[in-house]
Amino acid sequence: MKIWVPLDSAAKALGADAVAAAIAREAATRGIEVEIVRNGSRGMIWLEPLVEIDRGRGREGFGPVTPADVSALLDGTLDSLGLVEDLPFFARQTRLTFARCGVIDPLRLSDYETYGGLVGLRRAIAMGEAAIVEEVKASGLRGRGGAGFPTGIKWDTVRKAEGDRKYIVCNADEGDSGTFADRMIMEGDPFSLIEGMAIAALGVGASKGFVYLRSEYPDAIRVMNDAVSIAREADILGPDVLGSGQAFDIEVRVGAGAYVCGEETSLLNSLEGRRGVVRAKPPLPAIEGLFGMPTVVNNVISLATVPVIFEKGAQHYADFGLGRSRGTIPIQIAGNVQFGGLFETAFGLTLAEIVQGIGGGTSSGRPVKAVQVGGPLGAYFAPDQFDTPFGYEEFDGAGGLIGHAGVVVFDDGIDMLSMARFAMEFCAIESCGKCTPCRIGAVRGVETIDRIAEGDAAAIPLLTDLCETMKDGSLCALGGFTPYPVLSALTRFPDDFARQKEAAE
Amino acid sequence: MSARPETACPPPEAEILEVIEVHKSLEGPLLPILHALQEVFGHVPDAAQPLIAEALNITTAEVHGVVSFYHDFRRAPAGQRVLRICRAEACQSVGANALSEAVLAKLGLEWGDTTPDGAITVEPVYCLGLCACGPAAMIDGQVVGRVDAARIDALLAQARA
Repeated sequence: MKIWVPLDSAAKALGADAVAAAIAREAATRGIEVEIVRNGSRGMIWLEPLVEIDRGRGREGFGPVTPADVSALLDGTLDSLGLVEDLPFFARQTRLTFARCGVIDPLRLSDYETYGGLVGLRRAIAMGEAAIVEEVKASGLRGRGGAGFPTGIKWDTVRKAEGDRKYIVCNADEGDSGTFADRMIMEGDPFSLIEGMAIAALGVGASKGFVYLRSEYPDAIRVMNDAVSIAREADILGPDVLGSGQAFDIEVRVGAGAYVCGEETSLLNSLEGRRGVVRAKPPLPAIEGLFGMPTVVNNVISLATVPVIFEKGAQHYADFGLGRSRGTIPIQIAGNVQFGGLFETAFGLTLAEIVQGIGGGTSSGRPVKAVQVGGPLGAYFAPDQFDTPFGYEEFDGAGGLIGHAGVVVFDDGIDMLSMARFAMEFCAIESCGKCTPCRIGAVRGVETIDRIAEGDAAAIPLLTDLCETMKDGSLCALGGFTPYPVLSALTRFPDDFARQKEAAE
Repeated sequence: MSARPETACPPPEAEILEVIEVHKSLEGPLLPILHALQEVFGHVPDAAQPLIAEALNITTAEVHGVVSFYHDFRRAPAGQRVLRICRAEACQSVGANALSEAVLAKLGLEWGDTTPDGAITVEPVYCLGLCACGPAAMIDGQVVGRVDAARIDALLAQARA
């Protein structure tokens, strides 16, 4: 009997390791043969640990399972959720990037190939540089890290740039609160990232790749390192990538707790062994990147989406989506929400469908007050804006950004003034210190919000003015986008900023 | 190895040099070296800074600049166990602030402090990627989701046992 127990860190955080151990123990006691597969997560975090058993009718789900349930699980008396792929949250998705995540054993290459892995890389090898880049352009793929820059155009710049060597750098410094797609794919389907990086390398003529992975993800670091070793043994990486005649190898590098290193130029400085200070652009990293060489810097999801584009063709991918936002987006539904998890779908769902329809509203049962989209630098949306469709331009038009597609739900217990203060405080803690609007502005921002909290209404225009300065004058998105959560909180939730002066005054 | 004197003494130069040597030839070796030193010694000893500078042909000021820039690197050892509680927005939406306040108050600590018996250090962390099962925390390398004060107490009791 085959039993799947996820090794994903969200599942582990909810007790998956203890469940797997209990299953092994109970099976041994009963003398029954059980193969326990540690798969990735299906993304339905409220059901984790989600255990699956195939008794010949497909993979049935059970969850959340505790060690105390194991006896009933093996007896066949534990309540089943039915077939996992029939669960509405799962059945409603379009899984392209995450097609294998949760399905396969992440470190079994034969599983990976059974489910379409390496088809894309083999096709790319036969295509040649220019055609590879054209295929990515035709897919309409845009940077999933948040900036939404067309991936194919970036690759083309690197392909045409002169350099003794070129690099593929994967930005796996997923520091935005409310996002966990990078972590999930690295833990649940690491070969898709490796394959995507290899295709990028063939497309631009790069020989070396780095995955810059944050230290807060020890499980992902372990899985990625193992996957790179396995890929090397199978000649997917090394001096001759799958007989293509081109060399490409990957090193996993661990970050050191600096949020700003998710910004591509400070990430490059960090990889070079410097302080993670932002570089002024130009020069673009595509021209002068890592060690001064032409460098592709892409987010995990952008790169992990490349294999399916090559497997199914650019048109297949581009056929999904809305306007200039083509393909699918793994939306991460998080925070105070009933059905939290990862939901991959074509662009275009409204925020209301995501928060209420899929997420089921708050887990506390209280009304939704605000939703922050796009991490700590993303705007807060009030319920009257929930008709905004999920797309790069649509969110921009509504005064926000989709960022890395994390959606954090808050109930009416939240105080938006303190969330605005937190945004400034976070910026002050994480500022690299290079530019004044961010370094000083964030500190003054905290002080100004404290004045508002004490009832000083005159500080409100000061805060607005400060935000304008940070927006226009900062070198990167940390200082430049911190005004998004601050100003959106201020303008959309003005009641939380209307504090009375203390009566004693 | 058992000849090593009290832990209060700085680690011997030879051991530091050994760690540096292993990673020296990587492209951009400084962060891997600092991580490896911290793995071996539990912190990045100040004595290592000039040695790294010498090995990589950079200034000690540059090494110091890097050590002090990143939140992860410690210049002194932490407690025996390190508890990190997520302070980011998704965890705040499910009560992380009240949780961390309760934990810090109970231990009588501020963020970053270590209990007087050297058992536990409590640090903030900004996102563990467990945003759909918060509040989240990490004890050493082990992640825990949907924690409350009672669960943290139990984990801390284990840590001190």
